[in-house]
Amino acid sequence: MSTRADASSGSPPGLRVSVDLNLCQAYAQCCYAAPRHFRIEGHEALFYDPAPAAEDRDDIERARVACPVQAIRVEDPGRGV
Amino acid sequence: MAPAERAVVVGAGLAGLRGAEALREAGFSGSLTIVGAEPHLPYDRPPLSKHVLAGAIPAHATTLPHGLGADVDWQLGTPAAGLDRKAGTVRLADGRALPYDRLLIATGTRARPWPNPHEGRLAGVFTLRGRDDAAALRRALAAGPRRVLVIGGGFIGCEVASLCRQLGLPVTLVEPSPTPLARVLGRTIGAFIGAIHAGHGVDLRCGSEVEWLEGEGGRLVRAHCTDGSRIEAELAVVALGAVRNTEWLDGAGLSADPGGVECDGAGYVLDAEGHPDPQIAAAGDVARFPHPLYDGRRVALEHWSHAVAQAAHAGRLLAGAPPDAAYGALPTFWSTQGDLVVKSAGLTEGADAVAITQGNPADGRFIALYGRAGRCIAAVSVDSARWLPAHAEMVATGAPFPPEGAATDRPKGIAIFDPGFS
Repeated sequence: MSTRADASSGSPPGLRVSVDLNLCQAYAQCCYAAPRHFRIEGHEALFYDPAPAAEDRDDIERARVACPVQAIRVEDPGRGV
Repeated sequence: MAPAERAVVVGAGLAGLRGAEALREAGFSGSLTIVGAEPHLPYDRPPLSKHVLAGAIPAHATTLPHGLGADVDWQLGTPAAGLDRKAGTVRLADGRALPYDRLLIATGTRARPWPNPHEGRLAGVFTLRGRDDAAALRRALAAGPRRVLVIGGGFIGCEVASLCRQLGLPVTLVEPSPTPLARVLGRTIGAFIGAIHAGHGVDLRCGSEVEWLEGEGGRLVRAHCTDGSRIEAELAVVALGAVRNTEWLDGAGLSADPGGVECDGAGYVLDAEGHPDPQIAAAGDVARFPHPLYDGRRVALEHWSHAVAQAAHAGRLLAGAPPDAAYGALPTFWSTQGDLVVKSAGLTEGADAVAITQGNPADGRFIALYGRAGRCIAAVSVDSARWLPAHAEMVATGAPFPPEGAATDRPKGIAIFDPGFS
């Protein structure tokens, strides 16, 4: 997983991602949509990048929309939440 | 609502944030101040014991997404130190007083420290609650300690121990109960999960207790257990649960103690006489409330989804929603232990039986359904999350226990055990 550098570095504002892991059932659609930012370990342990770079917003948005249980929340300062 | 009204949220964690969002979404247009003891914007705690300790992400990357605008006054790094309900002010540690018309109490919990403060201050002894704790512990783990000692076999202890194994570090977990997770899941299911961790190389010392921590030159070198054994470890993680942050409410005339601040069913806090204060609500780990799904038993829940749902409820309440709707979401939580996922719906307390309804503990994947007096009260999934929603429905509706019919993979019927509480 790639992670953007320190928030104070002056780079363009990145995204904020959180996943409600109560809802997550490891359908792994996010892993296909944005493989650099979401992955499943073991049978159903989702690991995700909570702070992707702004230029990855299309992948992240695909992942958010693809989630069958709608567990992914994204904040995008460049576009509004 | 008068636009000049002032709302104050004390606590800048998940509950404080979601409560503030709900206030705004419900139309509150007055001034909004959020007070946080730590200097950080609200961040997500679950990744701390997993992604951050693993080194996959830096601690600061856990800052939560939120929908608040620029019209929020963030008072971060200054804890609340007192509440004066007559004057209608929150006193901050730096002496300032913030006036409020509506107040949300969401001060959460802190890690229970090692009982001996001198030993707790030894270099190499950690607790894990906040973002800075996680960053410091990550640095210590990355230095490659010869052995990590985890004191306490609850969820955080199990998460840290399994994470250490993923990092290739030798780890010993000491837990006074006969199994890990015994208090929340009972000894029967705790033993199944403990066996999975032991299989991954966690040195489980159940039925044992750390008596004291020995230092040399101010650094931890070993732990001494009550059974006389010693554990050579230069790093210890104290995972003895949490303490609720209610001290700042001393003298406020509220019904608050180390067990939490008491609320009514709607979410208003109760004063010392048990009357609700309609200007003040509480939410998240710090709030003790009567849960309608469990006969009104008073509970304080340290769950992520509960912080979200109860805070949203409390925010709407403070924004003017009618107080007749009681909060009563089904409690749910998850715990990622290494690459094992444990999820739960409902509350296991008081269970008199537990049934394995799907899967097989010997395979490391199963559903455990807890019953009490012939009704389903909780369900726990171990690497079987897709079976959980159907079981959660049985819990939410109080379906008969044991359930009728046999599991698809268990034609001979459902195995029922003593859950092993008490």
